[in-house]
Amino acid sequence: MSINIISVDNLTFCYNSAEIISDISFTVKKGDYLGIAGPNGSGKSTLIKNILGILHSQKGVINIFGQPLTSFHQWNRIGYLPQRTNSLNNHFPGTVKEIVQLGMKKQKSNALKNVLEMMGIVHLANRLIGELSYGEQQRAMLARTLINQPDLLIFDEPTTALDPETREIFYSLTSKINNDRNTTIILITHDTGIIGKYARNLLYLDKKIIFHGTFKDFCSSPDMTGFFGMTTQHIICHQHDTAENNI
Amino acid sequence: MSLNDILSYDFVQRAILAGMFIASFSSILGVFLVLRRFSLIGDGLAHTTFGSVAIVMLIGISPLYITLATLPLVMLSSLAILKLTRSKRIQGDAAIGIVSSIGIAIGIILVSLSNGYNVDLFSYLFGNILTVTKTELWLSFIVFLTTAVTVIIFYNDFFAITFDEELAQTMGIKTKRFNVILFLLTAVAAVLSMKVAGIMLVSAMLILPPLTALQLSMSFKKTIIAAVCFSIASVICGIILAFLLNLPAGGTIVILNIGFFLLTFGAKNILSLPR
Repeated sequence: MSINIISVDNLTFCYNSAEIISDISFTVKKGDYLGIAGPNGSGKSTLIKNILGILHSQKGVINIFGQPLTSFHQWNRIGYLPQRTNSLNNHFPGTVKEIVQLGMKKQKSNALKNVLEMMGIVHLANRLIGELSYGEQQRAMLARTLINQPDLLIFDEPTTALDPETREIFYSLTSKINNDRNTTIILITHDTGIIGKYARNLLYLDKKIIFHGTFKDFCSSPDMTGFFGMTTQHIICHQHDTAENNI
Repeated sequence: MSLNDILSYDFVQRAILAGMFIASFSSILGVFLVLRRFSLIGDGLAHTTFGSVAIVMLIGISPLYITLATLPLVMLSSLAILKLTRSKRIQGDAAIGIVSSIGIAIGIILVSLSNGYNVDLFSYLFGNILTVTKTELWLSFIVFLTTAVTVIIFYNDFFAITFDEELAQTMGIKTKRFNVILFLLTAVAAVLSMKVAGIMLVSAMLILPPLTALQLSMSFKKTIIAAVCFSIASVICGIILAFLLNLPAGGTIVILNIGFFLLTFGAKNILSLPR
């Protein structure tokens, strides 16, 4: 039986009395690759911030690795890549080497070498993070999430502003990590085509859960046809086909 | 008068030692504050210090213990700024502005109640490191030691929080606790810096050395070390120059700091010009 890495029960989150997430429940199993999609303001990032303990919900229970969030301490089992590199302070005096080892109590030179090699940024190790291109910064940030070999990876809009080639390399790598290490991955993106191509399951959110299941089920679901309309559903599923044909 | 003659005076030795300690911890804290866009906190706390000194003077506490007596009030103000910056409805700079205005308003009212400007209060406004007392020297040393040990032990945590507080939180770092430590130490730094540079120039001690070091584009650790070196150099040279040229030490120290900044800033711009 698959172990639940994350279980969310009846989660509700309000901001200034406006409900951002309304009574949602779902689980993520070990080794799953879950894509979370939804329109702007649908609560995708808010949901992830609740799971990571950055925001605190008014109602509901979250368990991570079988433990209630409130008593969870094994944060090194989670690698989180926030939606943010464009807000990075370009004058920050941190080298790639320092950023990749961010927050680590003990320096692990072998792990650092391996992860820099995996991301193809060994030559950038001593460069300041602010001096790098967006793509290089993102690779350094991804290296940071991978250095502890976490059991769960969470990516929030990780490829915004990346060129298509770097984007493909990024997602292929996440897929490889998911397959080779059985690492659970949660990916937030607007690009449902990418979810269809790489993720096993789709969670479509619009304050509440609209759909949770496989992409195939999403495309053949009459409920989703009713919700999105046939044209929109077709476009979403066609993106998926196009993405697959481009492999 | 030779350098040896100047350095043979007890009060000069005390001033240089205290100045080095204050310069060190102010610049270490300054690196974190500048990078976290809290540069103006020095100004805010300086204004609060003005109000706090006025309160302490009105109570009639001995001038020897004014620095010590001012500390709790400024620390409380620092925590108030932290609390307000966390409020979703108030921007960080506005929070500093609120606390700063309260401090300066209280100061002005109390000065007026005590029949106009008071000579002692002026000495705090403009600072005079040459009058540093033994108590203040010890206090500077203790704060320097506390700051250095705290930053060395929790270096990784402070580094992560400075890079991205939210990300640090997801690594299990107790960001709230470290913010409180940073803001309390900054309050102490602001109070002690008023002795060096005066209330008017406290923020210069916190901002200028880190800004100068940041122009050198080095790693985080090297930036902290460079900031401390620039700050110590400006304090030692400033005290000696002030003594030789009969200038106010606080102003001289700050002008030297600005000189170092302009040098590195200019050099960086020239070196980065396309050839």
